Amino acid sequence: MAYDVQQIRAQFPILNQEIHGRPLVYLDNAATAQKPLRVIEAISDYYLRYNANVHRGVHTLSQRATDAMEAVRESVRQHINAREVAEVIFTRGITDSINMVASGMTTLVEQGQNIVITAMEHHSNIVPWQMLCQRTGAELRYFPMNDQGELVLDNIDSLIDENTALVAFNHISNALGTVNPVERLLHKAQEVGAWTLVDGAQSGPHAKVDVQHWDVDFFTLSSHKMYGPTGLGILYGKRECLEKLPPHQGGGEMIATVKMEESTYADIPHKFEAGTPHIEGVIGFGAALDFINEIGIEAIAAHEHMLLEYALEQCLEIEGFKVIGNAKEKASVLSFLIEGTHPYDLGILLDQQGVAVRTGQHCTQPIMDTFCITGTARASFACYNTKEDVDLFVAALKQAAMMLR
Amino acid sequence: MNAHTISERQKSLVEEFEFFEDWMEKYNYIIELGKSLPLLPEEEKNDDLIVQGCQSKVWLKAEKDGTNITFKADADAIIAKGIIALLVEVFDNQPAGEVAKADLSFLEEIGLKDHLSPTRANGLMSMVKQIKYYALAYAG
Repeated sequence: MAYDVQQIRAQFPILNQEIHGRPLVYLDNAATAQKPLRVIEAISDYYLRYNANVHRGVHTLSQRATDAMEAVRESVRQHINAREVAEVIFTRGITDSINMVASGMTTLVEQGQNIVITAMEHHSNIVPWQMLCQRTGAELRYFPMNDQGELVLDNIDSLIDENTALVAFNHISNALGTVNPVERLLHKAQEVGAWTLVDGAQSGPHAKVDVQHWDVDFFTLSSHKMYGPTGLGILYGKRECLEKLPPHQGGGEMIATVKMEESTYADIPHKFEAGTPHIEGVIGFGAALDFINEIGIEAIAAHEHMLLEYALEQCLEIEGFKVIGNAKEKASVLSFLIEGTHPYDLGILLDQQGVAVRTGQHCTQPIMDTFCITGTARASFACYNTKEDVDLFVAALKQAAMMLR
Repeated sequence: MNAHTISERQKSLVEEFEFFEDWMEKYNYIIELGKSLPLLPEEEKNDDLIVQGCQSKVWLKAEKDGTNITFKADADAIIAKGIIALLVEVFDNQPAGEVAKADLSFLEEIGLKDHLSPTRANGLMSMVKQIKYYALAYAG
């Protein structure tokens, strides 16, 4: 079936508006994606028909809410091909997911061990590990990056060694779009017996991931980057790893028994889900997954790739246009500078013309330091963007560059 | 323009902005102002002069000239530079006491404050605040 972008676009009412008198061109999808009607309706349907707290009520509404939420856990399991639903944990977001693992590892890591990350991580996949290293005395190591925005793995055999406790990295870079060599890194980590964590913030919306095929220990997703609600993330963890990890927070839902002297914890996944969960978020995310699966993630990725190539071709005609991140394997992100202009200025003037892009460091200061720049402008594509969006973006960019020089 | 009082300068800026039909034209004017701003020499740009609270880097230097206060500024992004230039144009070489108590309604009249995104409007207010702090210090 041909990719019908207009039919997809029609499901996103927010896109049909004017900003400063121009049609909205939304190209900040790597920050957050817009939500299709069915996600919005799933959330309002929950509040209109079956709002109740989950997991403990005997009454019908509570049962319906619990069933709806647990059905989404199963959808997520299928989506990433986890072995069992108990390996799917609902969190507040990827930052929360990573912190959960990092904080749980405090008692499992000791001085003399090391944690390996890369120079291409989002701050949320750097700082929790720095904090873990401060708590435990472990060493933080990282793979550098070349000027194309690709990881340099030349010293992989010395960087990842028998003292490596964990190797954590992103699948696809949010700032550069680089698709990283996941399997090579995982393979090396597995060889030395280290735990592995893959940050799937940008893989969620753009790539098919099979956690069993990767044999990865932890994998994270962000709902709001996948057309779902904000405030919800996924932490996938292998059962044996999750069972070794102590709970991150104490409270309701996560316990088996509570005595004043001592409590025992529930089994996974509930051990990691203290408190009332983000029920409407989970339900909305279920609708988002259905949306993605109906179109097919490969079809979405192919469409976005076409847009990226189409944009790149036109942008390279703009004098002084420079792509930041020229990796061979790239997804959906066009990070750029125009010589003689500041990305903030580009961002303001694009916004004046209805075009939404991100400007700045994209929460990746070490990447910006590698390139010796203070930031970039970034256009990122989603399933609902069109070639017309790209044309408007390029025209607006030309206008902005002309004014600024 | 230098001879005029603060309120006369503000009025003439407001009139200038009334000419423009849309915000792209206003931004064009701000950009041109930014390009014409007398630069703060590179060797004078130190971190103490950076205005806190702006998304881009903005340096602002104030000096006392008799009872008057003078301003020199620069920024790494041109629109921020244009905005600080606009403020410098209004407040440069004016009695410090007048700067300290100056009314700022012209920013609303030209629509700048409402037009900027909240983070950028905060940046603008940080610049204004910094100008007023210097003026208060020198007036006292």
